[in-house]
Amino acid sequence: MALTNEQIDRYSRQIILPNVGGKGQDKILKSKVLVIGTGGLGAPCSFYLAAAGVGKIGLVDSDKVELNNLQRQIVHTTLDVGIPKVESGKKRLNALNPDTEVVTYNLRLDSGNILDVIKDYDIVVDGSDNFPTRYLVNDACVIAKKPLVHAGIFRYDGQIMTILPGKGPCYRCLFPEPPPAGAVPSCQEGGILGAVAGVLGVLQANEALKFILQSGELLSGRLLIFNASDASFRTVKVPKDKDCPVCSEHPTVTKLIDYQEFCSLKQNKDCSIK
Amino acid sequence: MMAKVKVRIPAPLQKITQNKQEVIAEAKNIKELILDLEKQFPGMKDRLLDESGKIRRFINFYVNDEDIRFLKQDETQLVEGSEVSIIPAIAGGLK
Repeated sequence: MALTNEQIDRYSRQIILPNVGGKGQDKILKSKVLVIGTGGLGAPCSFYLAAAGVGKIGLVDSDKVELNNLQRQIVHTTLDVGIPKVESGKKRLNALNPDTEVVTYNLRLDSGNILDVIKDYDIVVDGSDNFPTRYLVNDACVIAKKPLVHAGIFRYDGQIMTILPGKGPCYRCLFPEPPPAGAVPSCQEGGILGAVAGVLGVLQANEALKFILQSGELLSGRLLIFNASDASFRTVKVPKDKDCPVCSEHPTVTKLIDYQEFCSLKQNKDCSIK
Repeated sequence: MMAKVKVRIPAPLQKITQNKQEVIAEAKNIKELILDLEKQFPGMKDRLLDESGKIRRFINFYVNDEDIRFLKQDETQLVEGSEVSIIPAIAGGLK
């Protein structure tokens, strides 16, 4: 596929990079990325992916835009309050880059629909806001052998890891099971600095682009930890767990699980790790 | 031998450490480290261990950059200058 003059102009600052070039740009334009959640992580991630010229971006979210989202979810604007996040996201990404086809999934992922949603994409980015979805996404990506970029954020902390099923460790190699209901801070309680969500969302876009370009070292087998207070990045090793419940040779999780939604439970007043 | 080590405390546990992100503990292994943290910051042990005394499955301990589950679990030795990180699973995109 030959680039148009407009495309050469639009992407010129990345086409001149040693590991991109016309060929790399062509790969980006043909790539398909599914972004789960159009929130704190999904918004900055999808914004940069569209800017880079990713050919097809799937946006998954069942929520509507709220005023309190705008402090960090930068694809939505004040005028979008009340409309589905995926519609607002699509509008903004289309305005940014007409090269990008945006497909919307205004739904909540569950064991019944997830495999069908992820099957058309090259790589999945998880920016969901709850443990049931995170474990479901991990397990589905392992089963379907889809690369996955995981990230989580809480207050001033962020974590990111890339999962290459069959090659490297998965999220359950890192944390075998989700915390029990009420054991972790609830969605509303924790709080988050918008810029922290931005840092992690943009790192997710960076991982997806490296995967598409097949260049650089992905965060496979290592967890990158960001702390905004002291502006530090650290990595720890994540070995493949030979007893992993889902990606080992003797898995105990062999079908997708719909874990209970912790955030809707009101059984615990103090929701810190307990 | 007892070793003095730096321990990085994750955000969800900083309520117990009076908002300190980093504390000093003295211990020869992780099991003792948890006891020392409990002594300094009562309530810590219950957050880190389950009813049977095992480290909770959604919390990892690292000595320098190594996950102790792949070393000697809570028997993993500490030496002077080791850096311990406690890292819990976090969910967030936060809607």
